[in-house]
This record gives sequence, C-alpha cells and structure tokens, in this order.
Amino acid sequence: MSGMIDIQNGHYEREGFELRMSFSVPRGAMVSVIGPSGAGKSTLLNIIAGFDQLKSGSIDLNGKDVSAAPPAARPVSFVFQDNNSFAHLSVRDNVALGIAPSLRLSAANDAVVMAAISRVGLGDLADRKPGALSGGELQRVALARVLVRQRPILLLDEPFAALGPGLRKDMMRLLQELQAEQNLTVLMVTHQPDDARAMGGDIMFVGDGQVRAPVAAAAFFKNPDQAIATYLGN
Amino acid sequence: MNNRIPSPLWLAPLVVATAAALGLMPLIFFALKQGGAISLDARVLHVARFTLWQAGLSTLLSVFPAIPLARALARQQFRGRMILLSLFAVPMSLPAVVAVLAVVSLYGVSGLLGGWFPVYGLPGILLVHAFFNLPLAAIMLHRALAAVPTENYRLAAQLDLTDTSMFRHVDWPAMRTALPRIIALVFLLCAASFVTVLTLGGPAATTLEVAIYQSLRTDFDIGRALSLSAVQVVLSLGLVLLLGKLASPVEVSQRLRLGAERFDGQRLTQRVLDVVLLLLAALLVLPPLASLALTGLSKLAVTADLGQAFATSLAIAVPSALATTALAWCLAVLQRRGGLSARIAIATSFAGLVLPPAVMATGWYFAVQPLQGGVLLAALLITSLNILMGLPFAVSALSSGLASLGETHDKLCQLLGLSGLDRLRIADGPALRPFVLQALLLAFALSFGDLTAVTLLGAQGLVTLPSLIADQMGHFQSRQAEGTALVLAALCLAASWAAQRLGQH
Repeated sequence: MSGMIDIQNGHYEREGFELRMSFSVPRGAMVSVIGPSGAGKSTLLNIIAGFDQLKSGSIDLNGKDVSAAPPAARPVSFVFQDNNSFAHLSVRDNVALGIAPSLRLSAANDAVVMAAISRVGLGDLADRKPGALSGGELQRVALARVLVRQRPILLLDEPFAALGPGLRKDMMRLLQELQAEQNLTVLMVTHQPDDARAMGGDIMFVGDGQVRAPVAAAAFFKNPDQAIATYLGN
Repeated sequence: MNNRIPSPLWLAPLVVATAAALGLMPLIFFALKQGGAISLDARVLHVARFTLWQAGLSTLLSVFPAIPLARALARQQFRGRMILLSLFAVPMSLPAVVAVLAVVSLYGVSGLLGGWFPVYGLPGILLVHAFFNLPLAAIMLHRALAAVPTENYRLAAQLDLTDTSMFRHVDWPAMRTALPRIIALVFLLCAASFVTVLTLGGPAATTLEVAIYQSLRTDFDIGRALSLSAVQVVLSLGLVLLLGKLASPVEVSQRLRLGAERFDGQRLTQRVLDVVLLLLAALLVLPPLASLALTGLSKLAVTADLGQAFATSLAIAVPSALATTALAWCLAVLQRRGGLSARIAIATSFAGLVLPPAVMATGWYFAVQPLQGGVLLAALLITSLNILMGLPFAVSALSSGLASLGETHDKLCQLLGLSGLDRLRIADGPALRPFVLQALLLAFALSFGDLTAVTLLGAQGLVTLPSLIADQMGHFQSRQAEGTALVLAALCLAASWAAQRLGQH
C-alpha cells in the first residue's frame, strides 16, 4: 500500500450499474485505461477525482485517505475531452486559475503561468480567448494548467479523441515529456488500443463490472484473455 | 460541499415561502373558523364552472388550429416566412391590457369594424385569448417540427410518403411530445386570465380571479372572497399537480427557427389550403395591431399624466426585475444541485403559477391593513406580486443558461476549488451574462406591462402606464388610451425582442 493511487475493495453502484475495483498504481506510472464503451472508464476517473463516490472500500491518494475530500482538496488534475477552459477568460487567466482561484496573482506566480504557457507551445497566444484556438491548442491550455497546479496525479478522459492522427501523436509526445518532467502519475482513458500501445507504460482494462489492476502494455497485448480478446477484436 | 452554515441561496425559498404564507393566512384562519366547511353557494359554483368552461374553450380554439398552422409554416417555403413567424411572436410579448385595447379598437363600438363581432362577454374573451395563445401554440408546435432532423424529411421524400402517412409518421410524433405541455400552459394562462376577463367580461362572464377581486373591492363580501379563493387555490393546485407530470410548462422563448427544408406539401390543393390557413391566422393577429398602431399614432400626446405614469411604472418594474432575477438566480443554482434542493427550488419558482395573484393579494391586503399604508406600501406590494409572477420565467431563463454550461463547467469549478463569490465572479457570472440579462428583461417587461397586481393592490394616486390605459378606457377616452398603449407596447416589445436575441447564444 505505498502506491500513488490505492483503491482497496472498492465498490461503486449507481442506478443498477456496478463497478468493483482493487488496485494500486505506483508513483510515476503511465497508465492507459481501455475497455468497451459504457464499461465505467470515466466513472473510474470520476471516483479518483472525487466527482463520484464509492459505496464501500478505501481510496488513498499519495498515501492519504481522501474518501471525504472534495475534488479541489485531492492531489489530482483532470483533463476532459473538451470544455477544459472558460470561454470568457484569456489563455493566461485560464491557466492562472490553476494557481489562484481568485485570479489575484503575485508577479512571481505570473511568471510561472507564462512559463507554463510557453512550455506547451502557446507563448504567442497567451492573450487569446479559447474561441480563437484550435482543438489541439485548447488541450495545450489544459496541459499548461496541469503544469502550474503541481498535483502529482493527472487524469485524462479521452483527451485527444477529437484530434487528427498527426496531432494526436504530437500531443501524446508532449504528455509523455510533461509526465517525465514532473514525475506525474498518469491515468489516461482512451478508446484507441493503438494509442495505449504507443504510449507504452501500463494498461488497465475496465469491463464486466470490474476494474483490473494495471499490467505492462507488452504483456497485455501478448496474452489477452477472453474478455480482452473480444474487446480488441482478435 | 460539507459546509456547516446553510448556503445563502436558501434565502430565496425562505422569502417566497414567507410571502406565500402571508397570502394564505386569512384563508387558513377562515377555514379553521368554519371547521373546514366552505360555503359553496350557487354563485361561487357558477363562477368556477365558467372559469373552467372559458379556459377549455379558449384552449380548444387556440391549440387545435395551431396544429395545421404550424405544419403549414414548416412545409411551405415563401418569402416573408420569418416575418410571419415574428408577427406571431408579437402577441405573447404584449401586456394583456394592450391586447384587449387592440381588439376593442378594431371590433368595439367605435372601431373600424364596429358591430361585426360581439367584443364583450364570452366571445370577446375567447377572441383575446385566441389572439394571445393561437400564435403562441403555433410557434411552440413549429419549434417542435423544426427540431425534426433533415434526414427524416429526405427519407420521407425518397419513400414518396402520402400526405396522411407524412403526418402520421413524421409531423404528428414530433408535435405530440410538445402538445400536452402546450395544452396545459394555454389552459393555465386562460384559467388565470384576469385583465381580459375584468375588462371584457360582465356579471355573467366572470372568472374566479375577477370574482375574488370584485367581492373584495366592490361588494365588500369578505366571506365570499375567501370561499372563492379556496376554490381557486384547490383548482390551480390540481392543475399544476397535473402539469407536474408534464415537466415544466414554462419555456422562455428561444430563437425563431425556420427548420429543415422540406419536400412535401407541394401539390396545388395542399398549397392553397396552407396559404388560406396562414392568411386566416394573420387576419387574427395583424388587424387589431394595425388598428391600435394607426389610431394610437394619431393620438399620441405626451402629457404630464403619461410622464408621471411612465415614471411610476419604471419605479416598480426596475426593482421588481432586479429582485426577480436575484431570487431566480438562487433558485436556478439550487435546482441544478439535484435531489431535495432541486425539488424545493422548482416548487418555489412555480409558486407564482400555483398561487393565484388575486388570492395572494387578498391575503396581503388583510396582513397589511393595520399598517394603514399609503402609496408606498401599495407600490411595495405590487412589486412583490410582480416578483412572484415573474419568477417562473426568470428561473426558466437562468436554468437553461446553467444547463448550457454543461457538466464539465461544474467539474472544472470543483476541481479548481472555485466556489462562492469567486465562482460567481470568475466562472458563472461572465458565462451567464446573456441569460441574466434575458431574465432581467423578461421580468421587467412582465412587471412594466402588469395590470393585474396594480388593480388588485393599487392605492389612490398610484397610476402606472397599464392602469392609466385602463382608466382612460373606462372613461371613454379610448383614443387617448390607444396613444398610451402604443408607448407601453413599444417598450415591452423592445424588451422581449432583446431578450429573445440574447436567448440565441
């Protein structure tokens, strides 16, 4: 029980839908979450982030029991598929929210924000509004905010699903770099097994009401059991 | 989340509940004193029966013709279709007193078509109710049709569906889902209609709302007022409970949309039939408006009375709009929390529909009687009643705004720890600005054009624009009334138009 994410005997239930889980993810792991649609991949992320609650079982993040903690108090950043920014705020303000929800920033913090924006390649666009950005640029804003928030866990829910193949590769490369720089523990939901393969790291399979513990990607694709083989289509 | 002090948002339901309790108090005392038995004499029963009868007839006359009318609007392409749609949107934005005056100015004794149509009594009431609600029903049904995906019409065209099967398989299913709510809304509006019935009805054509007012103010028969109120409360509670099954009946007008291109209805007979229908509908709406505009323009004179009334109306409508929107904000946010909070918030916002204005006014009238208040107190009560009546619409505008922000907006705020005033200032406020403005404008237009509350709670010397019009009509200065009505109509239409534009976001 020394992982970054530890869920033991977790049982989730809502309107007849059930999900059981017991697993541990070590610090600095890069995990892809895959499985059939509707199986509960997003639910798993929501439980870790605190948007959904387990009915029973324990959830420890970074060594602390967080079962009663609201989302803002958990050591977690989250990147959604879209709408990661407030449309009326500039890129700079959207990123600055990650440091100060009041938007009152010291000069030093302002420099941190600008550095993060440059790091994700948006240095020239800091004063733009989200409406003027492309899909890839919008997700870069979300990643810049992840950088300034400095939380050890990063959850991503199909973050690049709406992007073309080339752009998706670029973004995954950026994600890998940021993960290494900050030693983030990453859980990324994807519906593209190829992305999971390209990402390397580990894979968690969600299906049949179960969240399975992470397995190294190579092993996962080499010896799939019946449920996984059906999902992958081989 | 897990805060121990109850959120200040709960002040809104508290305030509304207090107002409602004050309004219902005399009724409860009265019922207790009588041991629960309320005298239902023949007069009360007659009024109750007439209320339901005229509301039923009005609904029939408004909703049935709207079905083929909406279809004609949807399937015939012609220039000016948008103009016709906009024309149909005019009556619902007009204050009742303006609509009544428009109809009287055309069909009344001295009107252009004087004597062609009996404008007083039941026929007049039905005409005005149809003038309001037929276009409303047509627009709502047309909106349901406009939401049908283009592919359905393309598929129907490929299959070469006949007129009847087109109606059965495409149009009717789309309209049927909207119909119960439309019928319920129109029936509720007509059953609660006060201004129209007060001005056009007579001793034989009186609704509960009007009868309550008359027994208080003209007959001084408090017992009857209270038994009428009891019947009215039971009736509207029943209606709203029925409505509860149909989801929210109130829907703030959205953008007027033309909808998908259609390929049916192009045979000559269909075209002729549709054009006749559209012409008939235009004849219901346009002539009274034109008559009012023409006579009004020729008699428009800026008098001291007019200026004074305008200022008074503003003094009531501006605070009323602000307070309505503030309360509606709290209720919309509570509603979004789901669970018990949501149910309480919804019930609170519909208090204005469940609790008849005449009943509330009666209750408040008794509650403040010992205060011997003058004009200022009356203005305060009028503002309060306006707030209650405007709440369902303002809440509807704001909750559709909140819903449009989507689920991630909430999650993002939670994740970033945005809460309380920070959340209002940084996230919710700016994102919802158009919807807040929309709620403000709707509440303003409603209050500015209101004659119900002023009539029920007015005091000597308190004259608003609508009550000035009613006064001028009553003293056979109807030409001056038309000039005043034009000013009122222009302002209310401008506010509604702006609100509708804002709803396009």
